[in-house]
Formats: sequence, structure tokens, C-alpha cells
Amino acid sequence: MSPVLFWLFTAMMLGFGVSVVLNRDPVASALSLVGSFLCLAALFVGLDAFFIGVIQVLVYAGAVMVLFLFIIMLLDLRAEKRRNLNRLAIVGGALVSGGFGMALLRVLDGFSAGHRAFPALSAKIDDVRSVGSILFRSYNLPFQVTGVLLLVATVGVVVLSKRELK
Amino acid sequence: MNSLTLNNYLLASGLLFTLGFAGVLLRRNIIIIFMCLELMLNAANLSLVAFSRFHLGADGLPNYNAQVLVFFIITVAAAEVAVGLAIIVALYRARQTTHVEDLQSLKF
Repeated sequence: MSPVLFWLFTAMMLGFGVSVVLNRDPVASALSLVGSFLCLAALFVGLDAFFIGVIQVLVYAGAVMVLFLFIIMLLDLRAEKRRNLNRLAIVGGALVSGGFGMALLRVLDGFSAGHRAFPALSAKIDDVRSVGSILFRSYNLPFQVTGVLLLVATVGVVVLSKRELK
Repeated sequence: MNSLTLNNYLLASGLLFTLGFAGVLLRRNIIIIFMCLELMLNAANLSLVAFSRFHLGADGLPNYNAQVLVFFIITVAAAEVAVGLAIIVALYRARQTTHVEDLQSLKF
């Protein structure tokens, strides 16, 4: 991936992320999140992970975000009214996030392998086949457990959505 | 033109995680908190895919184990979103609010 495209998509991804956190209107936050996920999918494609990029667009930017928007519309949430800001939460949040960011920079600075450029690929990418073969050969049991998990989640959602929770 | 290093991607991923983390700490709307959780999950996915591309296998292809893990994370996250939003809807039905400061007792 050319560095220009990388920095462009990273900046857009982080910009949309900031907009998710700062917007008062939940619909605007959800749409910013879609933008952030699309830029992330572009970064995945830039890393030669085409399958993951497509899944990211279909599952996250498509299904999950439609679910979010649907629930926001269903609950009929308005833009939040300006409440008294909790000073402690803001100071604490800024401190913890700032500390996390500083720790991140420190760790990345000391991570010598991270300063090397990405090696060139020596074979042709066929990532759907490769991911599929690893998924079904080495991770067959976890894959089937995931199926059970999705079933349990579906049943759980149906139970939770019933009118009377008894 | 200098080429990209692994640290560029890890920095992007870490900053996205920090954003999501700050959102969880600062925001008081439970749906926005949930969206910020999704941001954090995606930040982890980005560093996994970057490591996958960086650490080539013997055949000169990316290490696909990481991408299988990302696939699992996306599946579990989708299930988590469905259940979480169902809980939020049930909560809203019981209390008519999604503001976490209005939700102070466990039992209704």
C-alpha cells in the first residue's frame, strides 16, 4: 500500500472515530462509525487481506451498523441534552487515555522489529482459499463452536425481546 | 518515498483503541459506549492483520492463522452486538432511558 493512501485512510479512520466519540446525536455517531469501519476495511485491503476487508464491509459496515441504526430509530433517541459534565470522569478519562497513548508510544519505540518495512510477498495471494483451508483443517472445532454460539445468541435475543421477562 | 513499517499500523491501531477507550470512559449514552467497544475490537483486528502480513510463512504468504482469528473475532462481535442491543432494548422498555447515570439499581 502506498504510504499516501495509508496515511489518508488512517487519518479518515481516526477522524471518524473522534466524531463517534464527540457527536451528541446517536445517528450521527453511528454513521461516523460506518465511515471508520469502511476506512479500516481499506487498510485491511492494503495489507493484502482481501477476504477480511470484504467481511469487514459486509458484516460490520453492513449488518452490525444497520442493527445499531435500527435500534436507535426504534428507541427514538434524540440528541442528548447538555448535562452537567462530570469533571472527575473527564479528568480520569483524559488521564487514562493519555497514559495509555504514552505507554503505546514507548512500547512501539522499543519494539525493534516494528521499525522494519513489510517484506515483499513471494507467492501469489489466494487468501479466501488459504483462510478457508486453515479454518476447516486446523480450526474446525472452534468453527463449529462458533456456530453454536450464534445459535445461542439468536435464542437469547428472542428470549430477551419477549414482552414479559419471567 | 519511504515504505511503511509495522509500527505505522500498530500506531494507527493503538490510537483507534485509545479513542474507543476514551469514548467508553467519557460518554454516558449506553449505545455510544457500545459503539466505542466495537471501535476497540476493530483496533485489535487491525494489529492482528498487520502482524499477519508482517510475519510471512515458509511459503512466502501472510500468516493466515491471524486472519482466521480475526474472522472469529468478527463473528463473536456480531453475536455480541445482537445480544447487547437486545439487552439495551429490554432495559429501555423497563426504564425509558439509555443514560447510564440514570441506571443505578440492579433490581427493577
